Amino acid sequence: MEKLQLLIVGNGMVGQRLLEELSRMPHAYNITVFCEESRAAYDRVHLSSYFSGASADELSLVAPEFFEQNGIHFLREEAVQSIDCLRKTAFGTRGTIIKYDTLVLATGSYPFVPPIPGHDRVGCHVYRTLDDLDAIRRDAANCRTGVVIGGGLLGLEAAKALSDLGLQTHVVEFAPQLMAVQLDEQGGAILRKKIAALGVQVHTGKSTQKIIDGDQQRHKLVFADGELEADLILFSAGIRPRDAVARDAGLAVGERGGVIVNDLLQTSDPDIYAIGEVALWQNKIFGLVAPGYDMARKLAAHLCQQSGEAFTGADMSTKLKLMGVEVGSIGDAQARSPGARTCVYEDGVKGVYKKLIVSDDCKTLLGAVLVGDTSDYDSLLQYMLNALPLPESPSSLILPSLEGKPMLGMDALPGTAQICSCNNVSKAGLCQAITSGCTTIGALKKETRAASTCGGCASLVKQVLESELKRQGIAVNDHICEHFAYTRQGLYHLVRINKIRTFNELLQQHGKGHGCEICKPAAASIFASCWNDFVLDPKLVGLQDTNDNFLANLQKDGSYSVVPRIPGGEITPQKLEVLAKVAQQYDLYTKITGGQRIDLFGARVDQLPMIWRDLVDAGFESGHAYGKALRTVKSCVGSSWCRYGVQDSVGMAIYVEERYRGLRSPHKLKMAVSGCTRECAEAQSKDVGIIATEKGWNLYVCGNGGMRPRHAELFASDLDDKTLIRYIDRFLMFYIATADRLQRTSVWRDNMEGGLAYLQDVVINDALGLSVELESQMQSLVDTYACEWKRTIDDLEALKRFRPFVNDDLPDEQIVYVRERGQKRPPRAEEKALALIEHEELV
Amino acid sequence: MLILERSTNTTWHDVCAMDDIIVGTGVAARLNGEQLAVFNTGSGVFAIGNFDPFSGANVLARGLLGDIAGVLVVASPVYKQHFCLKTGQCLEDPEISVPAYETRICDQSKRIQIRVDSV
Ligand SMILES: Cc1cc2nc3c(=O)[nH]c(=O)nc-3n(C[C@H](O)[C@H](O)[C@H](O)COP(=O)(O)OP(=O)(O)OC[C@H]3O[C@@H](n4cnc5c(N)ncnc54)[C@H](O)[C@@H]3O)c2cc1C
Ligand code: SF4
Ligand code: FES
Repeated sequence: MEKLQLLIVGNGMVGQRLLEELSRMPHAYNITVFCEESRAAYDRVHLSSYFSGASADELSLVAPEFFEQNGIHFLREEAVQSIDCLRKTAFGTRGTIIKYDTLVLATGSYPFVPPIPGHDRVGCHVYRTLDDLDAIRRDAANCRTGVVIGGGLLGLEAAKALSDLGLQTHVVEFAPQLMAVQLDEQGGAILRKKIAALGVQVHTGKSTQKIIDGDQQRHKLVFADGELEADLILFSAGIRPRDAVARDAGLAVGERGGVIVNDLLQTSDPDIYAIGEVALWQNKIFGLVAPGYDMARKLAAHLCQQSGEAFTGADMSTKLKLMGVEVGSIGDAQARSPGARTCVYEDGVKGVYKKLIVSDDCKTLLGAVLVGDTSDYDSLLQYMLNALPLPESPSSLILPSLEGKPMLGMDALPGTAQICSCNNVSKAGLCQAITSGCTTIGALKKETRAASTCGGCASLVKQVLESELKRQGIAVNDHICEHFAYTRQGLYHLVRINKIRTFNELLQQHGKGHGCEICKPAAASIFASCWNDFVLDPKLVGLQDTNDNFLANLQKDGSYSVVPRIPGGEITPQKLEVLAKVAQQYDLYTKITGGQRIDLFGARVDQLPMIWRDLVDAGFESGHAYGKALRTVKSCVGSSWCRYGVQDSVGMAIYVEERYRGLRSPHKLKMAVSGCTRECAEAQSKDVGIIATEKGWNLYVCGNGGMRPRHAELFASDLDDKTLIRYIDRFLMFYIATADRLQRTSVWRDNMEGGLAYLQDVVINDALGLSVELESQMQSLVDTYACEWKRTIDDLEALKRFRPFVNDDLPDEQIVYVRERGQKRPPRAEEKALALIEHEELV
Repeated sequence: MLILERSTNTTWHDVCAMDDIIVGTGVAARLNGEQLAVFNTGSGVFAIGNFDPFSGANVLARGLLGDIAGVLVVASPVYKQHFCLKTGQCLEDPEISVPAYETRICDQSKRIQIRVDSV
């Protein structure tokens, strides 16, 4: 049979998804694609990340060789300019003429630019394609101020991009509030406040009448009441379907644009279909990617004569982060349904606003508005989509409560509940994949595509996975390793309660085999957290992980780095001089760390004791940079010097660092103290962050920099010194008692049932009755602290291990260096042979 | 260096005292210009090459001891690959191994000796 010609007009997000769906099933088409843009399909949803570092390649949605492998005829940078429906022929802008049997319009939409005089001046932009962004970037380099016309979702996103480009940014909105489509008035007002606080100026209720030459800046916007000058103008006043070609071809279009389609996504010409943002279904345009993907999936099935599933519309709920402000809108956010009742929670201090819209019998959820905190979004959305019965008092779903919220159990969700809207994956779909063996998030993602587009559903997917594994009785093995059938928490309690102090006892009583590099360091860490014995004691030394083993940080060439403690980052010139001398004497590569300390690299194992002898003599102590332990307490200069400081942040940092130095924990711990809300010490990226207030200290917990940054959360406010320390004592000991091996406080917190509220309940309200015990455990660790290096350099037995060879005192001759920028560094592979020869000649 | 016994191509070398190795740890030793890692697991003394083929550094003596499914191993302190203490075989990569040496304990359990085959 001769193959049918399928012509796809547009290679945007939805057009590309159609191609992918088709490539997954057997079909009888020769496919041709017209792609107007210079780049094949890319991720428009994450367009803004192009300004924060993502490259065009990273945003691409097309796998390498995709078109070739699937035999798709791809016409880059050629648009369709007209279609002759009678002759079933399409004409391209570069002269290509193609006959088709079936044609799909996936032409998306274009940004609407209101036809005000001056709208087409040089320096006026839109925000839709990578080319648009390139143009904005080029232009912005010579601009100081920018204004976005339009305060909707996309406008605010564009405003963020402008302010990231360093422009002083304004947003001008015609309506009296921001995001009028998704939010109610109050929600809009709170959002406005938050955005203004970030330095973006918002002007609502302003209609721009013309744009003319500015006096100080390139343009001047003239409003009915007033004016505003700016160098760069960006229009984001809504989108319009790109239906011109369809219109000219005589297809039926809607009054306000959009190619009319039926439930099979067919236009008024049965051989022409339309999907994505150009399609008008039941008089609705769907300006989100998920409904477009759903259309693509259904059309692909239809074209391949598989079950003709009809398109049934889509939910337009959205959750997003605008300039760091979380915003969520679910269902009937404006409470337009007859009889709808509302229930509102507002915290003006934190800038949190939540509103529920419920049916008049208070049984079902119709919609919700969330500003400042969208942590309830996922479960609220499920309540609405599945018409789940609401709890007796619906407000409990949004009120912050110490008892913890009524949790939406995954078991309560019907199988049809849609978990991932981007990829239309239901709970049943996930469960089926889990049963067939996808028992990790990674496998589940790969198999079902859930959580692989916007990622918004990731936590729900995880919850389904966990509850399903539990339900199916697939035991989740949480044993620490093959030698102990316990979790880290289990071992911790065994050690503490049975007063176990050595690995042999632990192994004999509770484990099997010889142990390994997982359970041994875990046990060592637990022993240290409980008993604080000397880690190089002969009974403990064989348990220590790589770095603890020699009280220094092993580097790639087998040498070590040395980091003395500099509490709070405060150091006298005299002590700096000692560091400089030691570094010079042993030729150590010297670098300032992110934690306000000094790191000395390239010490051979046999040099460590000599180096530390000098350091200890000068009053330095171990910095525990090698341990899963308290690392640094960073600080700003605070009220002693800074014009803005309200408390002595350095003094507090030193106190805290000296209190918790040497504290071993499931993972490393970092802290910081800032002298005022300007937060120069970046305390909110630390496990424990302390920020001075007029009245005392705000305590933040569970922040994290590194690979997966997480902002610390405000735990308690305006604490006096004593209470602050007591909370930190309890918090840390509770973490040590209950975290998994190598689990940072951030992940520990994210996995904690009951979340922050539960943690506050335990630490502040003593819900478990543990406070006294936790505090006294900490106090005993504080009291038994001793500098490990000081102890080591006086311990002949311990020092024996630092000899380079048991039968020879000559150092390892294979540790050699080359020099760069006035210091040494290990040679790269290709430099090493030469470096070794030179080294030999020297000796 | 004290050479103890010489048969065809085989030499036993005295390396150190039992006391020189804390039970459950290893030490580096030099023999004929080669670097060795010598371990006392508590149940026996083992010797393999000290050179870690993954990091290119002489560090295996500083690795953690243990067993993986009953095979006695040391985990490299750099990237944590496991090497069998008896054969030097890397457990993660069948293509890779380090030399393994025979050991014995002499002199009333006081001295450790290692056998090196020479050509
Ligand atoms: C900045 C920004 C942020 C967004 N954020 C989100 C979000 O967070 N969540 C969400 O769900 N959605 C978001 N969207 C919307 C989402 O990107 C769109 O819903 C989606 O891209 C629609 O896909 P589409 O294929 O219909 O249209 P498009 O992706 O626009 O693709 C249409 C393509 O067709 C081409 N074309 C047009 N006419 C022709 C022709 N005659 N011949 C050949 N080619 C033609 C166009 O050049 C274009 O490449 C965002 C959009 C933008 C701009
Ligand atoms: S955080 Fe406040 S006190 Fe500290 S340096 Fe910054 S502005 Fe000054
Ligand atoms: S909802 Fe977007 S990836 Fe699942």
